[in-house]
Amino acid sequence: MSRIGVAFDKARADGRALLIGCMPAGFPTVEGSIAAMTAMVEAGVDVIEVEIPYSDPVMDGPVIQKASDIALAGGVRVADTLRIVEAVAATGAPVVTMTYWNPVEQYGVDAFARDLAAAGGTGLITPDLIPDEADEWLAASDAHGLDRTFLVSPSSTDARLAMTVAHCRGFVYATAVMGVTGARAQTSDAAPTLVARVRAVTDLPVGVGLGVGTGAQAGTVGGYADGVIVGSALIRCLLDASDQAAGLTALRTLSAELAEGVRTGRS
Amino acid sequence: MSGNAPAGTAGPVPDSAGHYGRFGGRFVPEALVAALDELDAAWRKAMGDEEFLAEFDALLREYAGTPSRLYVAERFSAKVGARVLLKREDLNHTGAHKVRNVLGQALLTRRMGKTRVIAETGAGQHGVATATAAALFDLECVVYMGQVDTERQALNVARMRMLGATVVPVTNGSRTLKDAMNEAMRDWVANVDDTHYLIGTAAGPHPFPAMVRDFVRGIGDEARQQCLDRTGALPDAVAACVGGGSNALGIFHAFVGDADVRLYGFEAGGDGVDTGRHAASITGGTSGVLHGTRTYVLQDADGQTVESHSISAGLDYPGVGPEHAWLHDTGRARYEPVTDDEAMAAFELLCRTEGIIPAIESAHALAGAMKIAPRLAAELGREPVIVVNLSGRGDKDVHTAGGYFGILDKE
Repeated sequence: MSRIGVAFDKARADGRALLIGCMPAGFPTVEGSIAAMTAMVEAGVDVIEVEIPYSDPVMDGPVIQKASDIALAGGVRVADTLRIVEAVAATGAPVVTMTYWNPVEQYGVDAFARDLAAAGGTGLITPDLIPDEADEWLAASDAHGLDRTFLVSPSSTDARLAMTVAHCRGFVYATAVMGVTGARAQTSDAAPTLVARVRAVTDLPVGVGLGVGTGAQAGTVGGYADGVIVGSALIRCLLDASDQAAGLTALRTLSAELAEGVRTGRS
Repeated sequence: MSGNAPAGTAGPVPDSAGHYGRFGGRFVPEALVAALDELDAAWRKAMGDEEFLAEFDALLREYAGTPSRLYVAERFSAKVGARVLLKREDLNHTGAHKVRNVLGQALLTRRMGKTRVIAETGAGQHGVATATAAALFDLECVVYMGQVDTERQALNVARMRMLGATVVPVTNGSRTLKDAMNEAMRDWVANVDDTHYLIGTAAGPHPFPAMVRDFVRGIGDEARQQCLDRTGALPDAVAACVGGGSNALGIFHAFVGDADVRLYGFEAGGDGVDTGRHAASITGGTSGVLHGTRTYVLQDADGQTVESHSISAGLDYPGVGPEHAWLHDTGRARYEPVTDDEAMAAFELLCRTEGIIPAIESAHALAGAMKIAPRLAAELGREPVIVVNLSGRGDKDVHTAGGYFGILDKE
């Protein structure tokens, strides 16, 4: 079982959901992103999702795009992302990478899988790669022992949902809302239904993302999902801060609040 | 629905999953797959439905004004050294070939029971065409346009608003067409239940490239027959400009099976492909994934999209439709860059010799015809016959061209 599978099992045994925190690699700088991700782990985030910044992130809302643009303007490269994965994995937290497909294709699919595995990454979340187009990634992830997380959506048909889940390894990513990333005032009504549909066809853990930004929301989502995925709200802590120290303080505070949320969601 | 296959290739294209050889496909969020499947089914059904085809044909004839004329440009020909036949898509309603595509997609939107259309636009031509069809079909219409383009195409922004559309200036990224496309995709992910994304070119995820080709293929079907009627023979070459590539695909498609007809796509070479400031995705790009499809893309070694440049907002896009990528790889069509300066020289020549102000996009095809004329003449040993797709009229580009030539009175 992968490191992420072990982490999900442990959280399940504790009767709570796993908290997954997302941050773009190289935002605000390479060293700054390592510091931010380390702070998140120290404050109670269980798994770190490192997003490779990309020029055309169609699944992301304005907060993540802004952070990605800052990272790209700072000159961050895919090779830096692997270095960040290695540094964050050294904290002991499982690290999963989220990436649009083109950067992987340009790096070389097998070479990327090899180097990600060597850096200690557990696998990839691929928002714009569906299993239908993923033959090369299926082979490379098998060859290098990496997890594959494809997305399922409220609009997925039963047949597509079953097909997609059958290609997943590690966990399944359920998109809670029809829309792009970004914290919302209310979490989705569609998410519990979607999670139930996934559970009907697999024993894999189900992570729910899109729209979660507060401890209370994390608690609500953690009440029915195995994993709660938070991105934009964490990133905003750094974007809105007056300086790096203030940003890290805000990040720790929110991370702790979210961690508390997933621990009380089922009580 | 199926494509003509060039001799020696395993056509037709695309396959059922939208692949053109190694290009095409669907690289999209799962949230969009159901909508793409719905669109694919609606399109396939419509293409076999006599009622749909008759309604589409009537709209094209009665509303859009097709078939467009095939005009022998005598004075331009004399300067170029080839017999140049202009496919006058600039005479269509809204002033470009794009009206064919939007009428087809608007009909499909209504069939799918959707009430809202969104679109991306660069020069504004597709936005105006979409706003036009939306008005005609009583659909809500939102057009995403890069902020840079809203400034250089202010007249078309006003046109869209007059037609009842909401124009949203996009301030992300390079603030041009590619960013408008990203923003439209985001809107679609969030509103896919009632909204159709009316993509303006033969790019994007399957079935868009094949569907758009189907809706604009009348350009080539008409031109082929008109050329036979007028000259008794097929042309030696067909020339078109290529940004995303819908007008080129539209005119190429009828000739793909005619091995003796050379197909030329002219990309926006900007300041020159070797300067890095251009929009020639095939000539100066590499294979990659952008906006839902695998094709040629302007990108760096990390797969980050590189900003494109062209004097023509309509060609200023760092990707190209996947069928063009495939036609290039199979060698059936040839793609060459035309610089801003070459395009503007051809623009001026057509104005002065024929009294026709072309879109700057189309001027790239005219410049290309000027470049290939002597080569073809030498190869054939006679004056070649070249059909040029005059894909749009230049009214929208008067400000840009006026600035380029320094002929605007100071305000």
